[in-house]
Parts: sequence; structure tokens; C-alpha cells
Amino acid sequence: MNTVDEHTEHGHHAHGAEEPHIPKDSYFIKVALWLALLTALETSTYWIHLGGFATPALLIMMTIKFFMIIMIFMHLKFDNKLFSLMFYIGLGLAIFVYCVALSTFQFFAS
Amino acid sequence: MADIAVHESVTSHDDHGPAAHGSITGISNNKLAMWLFLGSECLLFGGLISTYMLYRGRHGSGVGPAQLFDIPLTSVSSFVLLMSSLTMVLAVNAAKRKDDRNTNLWLAVTGLLGALFVGAQVYEFTAFYHEGVGFTTSLFSSSFFTLTGFHGVHVSIGVIMLLAMVAIISRNKVAGDKAEAVEMIGLYWHFVDVVWVVIFTLVYLIPA
Repeated sequence: MNTVDEHTEHGHHAHGAEEPHIPKDSYFIKVALWLALLTALETSTYWIHLGGFATPALLIMMTIKFFMIIMIFMHLKFDNKLFSLMFYIGLGLAIFVYCVALSTFQFFAS
Repeated sequence: MADIAVHESVTSHDDHGPAAHGSITGISNNKLAMWLFLGSECLLFGGLISTYMLYRGRHGSGVGPAQLFDIPLTSVSSFVLLMSSLTMVLAVNAAKRKDDRNTNLWLAVTGLLGALFVGAQVYEFTAFYHEGVGFTTSLFSSSFFTLTGFHGVHVSIGVIMLLAMVAIISRNKVAGDKAEAVEMIGLYWHFVDVVWVVIFTLVYLIPA
């Protein structure tokens, strides 16, 4: 099976099969700190008015947080690509279907 | 003989657990099914979020999102849920190390943080109700309560699963691969967190 990294936490090779590289606890703590920082920045837009820049900035920060969680915390970055495919099919279909639905109701025109 | 010995050495360290060996793909069917389920959940929450986006301005002359939402409270509860994702991933790592004590500790902390989040949501709903915003007050309120209520139910189910897993591990009665069972709950929990990341931005922070 495809793995991102052949080296495991235990320091031996995966022989190209089955064993994804899962980082140590300290790595996840660092990621959580970045996520907390992004959340603080998002929340600050409630008090600091950024005008027309606020919505794009919030959407960018939301997207970064979204992918940090699914790629790192949910191990998609380290795991078999088939799992990514299963999830991205659902996510892509949802985004497509509901963007079409919102367009039908002229949501983006308002 | 040497080949057999190497093969046994590899499989004994297999992170996908015994469940992966019986599948055609060589990966765990349980894990594949969980990812497929989470993909389908994107469609459920996509529908609820889209409906809210359409109706968020439909509150007539009544109370709307700008007057109603308590952003400081929601920010704190968002932070709590985000940190529960960290404790969950620590539980999964501990389970992979076969460290039952820390697995149970982090699972319990995750459940506690999840319960705190649900408590904050109940408080928020009660405050809204006292301000005269109920489920049937307006299209805005109906779509808001449906979306956040569905998410709250997902978190509550997650808390129940976490506490059940703590009890099962404590009694050493996990059927099959323990690390994989914890990882399945972890995937569900992180998904619930990632949905809240989207809801917090689109519903609470981006002005209507």
C-alpha cells in the first residue's frame, strides 16, 4: 500500500506496506498551538474591523484550519490514499451540489 | 524460513491491525467504511449549512444573527472543542503504543471537553429562547437551531462513544484491534470538530 513515509515511529521500515508514519505527541501539540493561534486571529475580527477584507481572511483561515485537522489530526497526510479519495469525493460532491443550489437561489448575487 | 520470519515481523507491527489482513485492499475495511461515512456526512452538513446561509437574513423585524450571537462565549467553546481534538489525537497515539492508562486518560479528557462544549451550546440555546428566539420564530431561527442542533447531537454521540470506550478499555473487553477502535472514534471526533470550524466561521463570524 502507498505510504507517505517509510519510516515509522519505532524506527523500522514499513516494507512498502500497511504501516503509515505517525508523528510523535510533540508534533500534534505544535499543530494544536497553530490552530489555537488561527482561532484567536479569527475571533479578533469580531473586535478589529477589517471591512471588505474580513470575509476573505476568515474563509482563508477556516480553510487552513480545516485541512490542518483532516491532514494531520485525522492522519490523511500519512495514511492510504484510498481514505483521502473516499472523503474528498463526499466533500467535493457536497461543495459542488450546494454551490449549484445556492446559485439557483441567487445567493452569490446578493 | 527466513522469508516467513520476515513476514511475521512485519505483520506483528502492522498499524492497521488484524482487520486489515482479511480485506482485498490490504487496508482496514472498518477504516475505509468510516471515511466513506464521513464523506457522506459532508453532504448532510453541507445541506444544513447551505440552508442556513439562504435563510440567515429571513428574520423579518425580529432578532437577527447580529443582535443574537454571543461571540466571546462561542469563541471559548470553539477553543474547547479544538483542544479536544488534540487530546483525542494523544489518545490515539497512546493506543498505538498500547499504553492503556494514557489512552483512557486522554479519552476521558476529550469526553469532558466535549461535554463542556455541549453544555455551552445548551446555555446558548436557553439564552436565545429567553430573548424570544425559538425554533419556529423565523426561517433564520429554524435553520440556525437545526444546523447547530444537529452538530450538538453529533458531539453528544461522540461523548457517549468516548465514555463507552473508556469503560470498555478499563474492563479490557475490546473486541479486535484496540488501537483501531480508538482511531475510529478519533476520526469521528475530529470530523465533528472540523464541521464546527466551518460553522463557527460561516455562521458566527462572517456577518450576514
